[in-house]
Formats: sequence, structure tokens, C-alpha cells
Amino acid sequence: MNRHEQFMAFATILVKEVRRFFRIWPQTLVPPAITVALYYVIFGSLIGSRIGPMGGFDYMQFVVPGLIMMAVITNSYANVVSSFFGAKFQHSIEELLVSPTPEWIILLGYTMGGVARGVCVGVIVTLLSLAFTSLEVVHPWLTVLVVFATSVLFSMAGLVNAVYANSFDDISIVPTFVLTPLTYLGGVFYSIELLPPFWRALSQANPILHMVNAFRHGVLGVSDVDVGFALAMIALFIVALWCFSLHLLKSGKRLRQ
Amino acid sequence: MSNALSIRQLRKTYANGHTALDGIDLDVAEGDFFALLGPNGAGKSTTIGVICSLVRKSAGSVEVFGIDIDRDFAAARRQLGVVPQEFNFNHFERVGDILVTQAGYYGLPLALARERSEKYLGKLDLWDKRTQPARNLSGGMKRRLMIARALVHEPRLLILDEPTAGVDIELRRSMWEFLREINARGTTIILTTHYLEEAESLCRNIAIIDRGRIVENTGMRELLRRLDREVFVFDVSGELPPGFTLEGYATRVVDAHTLEVTVERAGNLNAVFERLTAGGIAVRSMRNKANRLEELFVALLARSKEEGATA
Repeated sequence: MNRHEQFMAFATILVKEVRRFFRIWPQTLVPPAITVALYYVIFGSLIGSRIGPMGGFDYMQFVVPGLIMMAVITNSYANVVSSFFGAKFQHSIEELLVSPTPEWIILLGYTMGGVARGVCVGVIVTLLSLAFTSLEVVHPWLTVLVVFATSVLFSMAGLVNAVYANSFDDISIVPTFVLTPLTYLGGVFYSIELLPPFWRALSQANPILHMVNAFRHGVLGVSDVDVGFALAMIALFIVALWCFSLHLLKSGKRLRQ
Repeated sequence: MSNALSIRQLRKTYANGHTALDGIDLDVAEGDFFALLGPNGAGKSTTIGVICSLVRKSAGSVEVFGIDIDRDFAAARRQLGVVPQEFNFNHFERVGDILVTQAGYYGLPLALARERSEKYLGKLDLWDKRTQPARNLSGGMKRRLMIARALVHEPRLLILDEPTAGVDIELRRSMWEFLREINARGTTIILTTHYLEEAESLCRNIAIIDRGRIVENTGMRELLRRLDREVFVFDVSGELPPGFTLEGYATRVVDAHTLEVTVERAGNLNAVFERLTAGGIAVRSMRNKANRLEELFVALLARSKEEGATA
């Protein structure tokens, strides 16, 4: 395939993915908006008003970046894992596997589809947050970079999950037992400065803590972690997941008999 | 004429130890309409799976128009269009989108993809369904959709794995016409089917595969010429006397108005008619008891089974 043909194949996958999540918007775009709006109301307004300031900001302002990141992470992951596994389950993935589309284009297309949904949901929950608090983004480029990179990372993680999954149960195991606990314990609702030293040190091993705090640094200018380290860690995860996902697609593991 | 497909010593052993292909050699000439027949589990779909790279071969080589599928997969796949046995499109996508998306996977620009989509949906009588989700189509329409999708990048080799399974006879015949038409325009076609009259009617060359081995590979006419006997069914107007026989022929009275007569290849039907007339029996109609290819097919598989048992 020449460059133009590769671009057409990539654009086709991306358009198909975007069309898919817009077609089923009541399942993909509305639920995260409702969930995060409830978080804003309960944790931000009702409980938050009694908690007092955190990290130098009122609790609502503190919690908004974490909740935006939580929505971006879960939706990027969910988009790719459900779309790719659905294609595998219906065998429509064979349309791609028999075509001349190179594996790296398949990976890029699905990843960018996940990013598109992650960013869409991120924008929706950000707009919703404006009904509850004001946001002045301190480092806009860093904010965009962190959202994009985190979304890329979790989209690829979703693809790995989809390749290994044998049933619809398998695609909910990682979000339920890994992503949700790591997100809730990843500094979305609290600063790790509140934790005893042991738990604070343990929290540093949670990659989502670094992503949430890098994003919070971009929005509010405060962070519990070193932002440079967080960016390097995200980059490292992206490279590792890119190589592993590509290896899975090239080897045809669980895709070709 | 060059080969559209060349397979050499193709072997496939699945992870569970089952050997589906046991050293297949097969050539399909460019422009041919080729039948790949065999009983269920013989290895037809595995062979097709390897050709289109959905199944990883254990050994051997496959070339599509001289391009080794391992050396230049993109160029080889570009020549191929595959219509699998099972429906493998996204049932929630719209019919038109399925074709445009498939064209995109082959790198076609959007305008050309839309043009081809219109062309093939039109040819297969699906244009008015283009905005419908695929799940709303009937079984026959879904089969036609898969053919349209396989053609959207205009491959030189089209492989159809039981394309008319479950399709009514009227639709099947219109699909035959369409396949004849695209074959006449130069597309090489490989067909697997369980409808042997379909293979006999459409294909010029044939390979029969059984338990992972090619047990016959020849021209359709050559194969049919080997048929050394045929059974004809005569519907007669009067009542056949009990125990009626026709001297010189193996006969069986099916019921009072139906007679089966086995005619050797060396014999002829005129003599049968003469004897029936002499016996005062008027023939109302006559037909082959079974499709000629079917009889050969069953005989070849029986021989293959015997050889397998001996080995």
C-alpha cells in the first residue's frame, strides 16, 4: 500500500469508529455525562462544601480535573475494547484481516477511535463542570497533551484486552477489577498528601495517580507528583503498549487460526 | 496462461493436533471457474482460510497471481476477494457503509468507494437497501451483500465458500448468472458448494478434497466422462406389472407408475425406449435419478475412504 492508500485505510477505520460511538450515543456519550454530573452534585457540591479546601482549591475545583480524567480513561478503554471485541465476536474483523491494510494502521485507527471518544466525553464532562465551578486552565498545552497521551495509552490497553477476551465477561474484568480501583485510588477525589507515609508511597506505584496529577497540574497548576516523571511514564507505557499490540496483531494471536 | 492460484504442499495442523490439510497441491488457471468440492470437514474452508490469511498454514506455499502470500501480503490480498461461509459483517452497520468501509480498507479514495458501492449494490439488487442496517436484510440479501462486498475492490480472484447455502432456487439461479457474467469479464472464480448441480453447471475445472488431501483434480467434462453408468427414472402412463424387468438392464419398480433403469455407458437410451414400447409401456417423462456429478462425487469419496482404510 502506498502512503495515500494507507491514509485512506486509516481514515476508514477512524470514521467507522467515530460513526459507531455516535450511532449508539445513548450508550456511549450520555452515561458518562450523567455519572460525572452526579459526582459533581454529590462529591463536589453536597459533600464537597463540607470538606473544605484541598491542594489550595475548593473541593469542587480540585475534584473536577480528576473526574474529567476518569471519564477520558474509562471511555477510551471502553471504546476500543468493546468495538474490537465486537468485531472479533461478529467476525467482522475478518474484513480488515483479509485486506492489505498493515497491522500498524489497524492499531492506529482503533487507537484514534478510542481517543476520539475519550476526548468527546472529556469535552462533555468539562462543559458540564462549568455549571458547578469555574475552570481557568493554567497550562493549556500540557492539559491537551496529557489528555491525548492518556487516551492513547488506554485505547491501546483496551485493544490488548479485546484481543485476549473470549467473551463479553472478559471485557468487563479489567475495567471492573483493575481500572476502577486504580482510578478511585489514583488521586481523583483526594490529595495523597492526606495519606499516611506508607500509603502515600504505595500510591506512587499507581500509574493513574501520575496521569490524574499531571492533568490537574495542567488545569490548576498543582500536583502531588513530578509532572516530568508522569509524562515520561505515560510515554514509556505508550511505547510498550504500541509494541505489544502490534506484536499481537502481526502474530495473529487469537485473531487468525 | 498463468495461474491465478498455485498451492504447493500446503499443510495445516491445528493446535488440538487435528491435521486439516495434509500436503495439498493445487493450480487454478487465470480466468477459470473452478470448483473445490468435498464433504464437511474435508479441508475446503481451511484451504480458503489459508489463501486469505485467516488461517496460518503449518507448511507449504501459496501464490496468488505469482505473488507469494508470505512475501508480499498486501499485493497478494489486493488480488483476492473472499465470500466466506458465515455472515461476517457488522449487522448494525448500514449496507452502503459496509461496502464503502471495505473499499477503504483497500485504500480506495472515498469517491471511488462510493461509486463502486453503487455499482455492485445495484448489480446485486441491493441499492434500495443501502441505508438499511444489515441485520434487516433477508438471508438471501445478506449472501448478496457479501458478494458485493468481496467485489468492491474489483479483485482478479474471487473465492466463494458456499455462497448459495440457504438461498432459494430463483435467487440461486440469478446469482449463477451474475457469477457467469463476472467470470466472462475475466475474474477467476473458485467456488465451494454442496449443491453439485451448481458446480456442474458453472465450473470448468474441479478438485475434490477429502480428509485434507486432493483426491481428484481435473476438468469437469473429463470427470463426467468417467461416469460408467447412470440411473434413469421413467414415469409411465399405464400400470407396471408386478416384478416387471427390462431384459439386459438392471431395473427396479419403484411404484406402479415409476421405473428405475440403470444404463451402462456403453449402452444407449434408444434400446430402453424400444423395449418399453414393445412391452406396451408408454413413457410420460424421464429424468436422471441423481445429478451426474453427485454420483461421481460419492464414488470418489468412497474410493478415498477405502484407500484411507487400506493405508
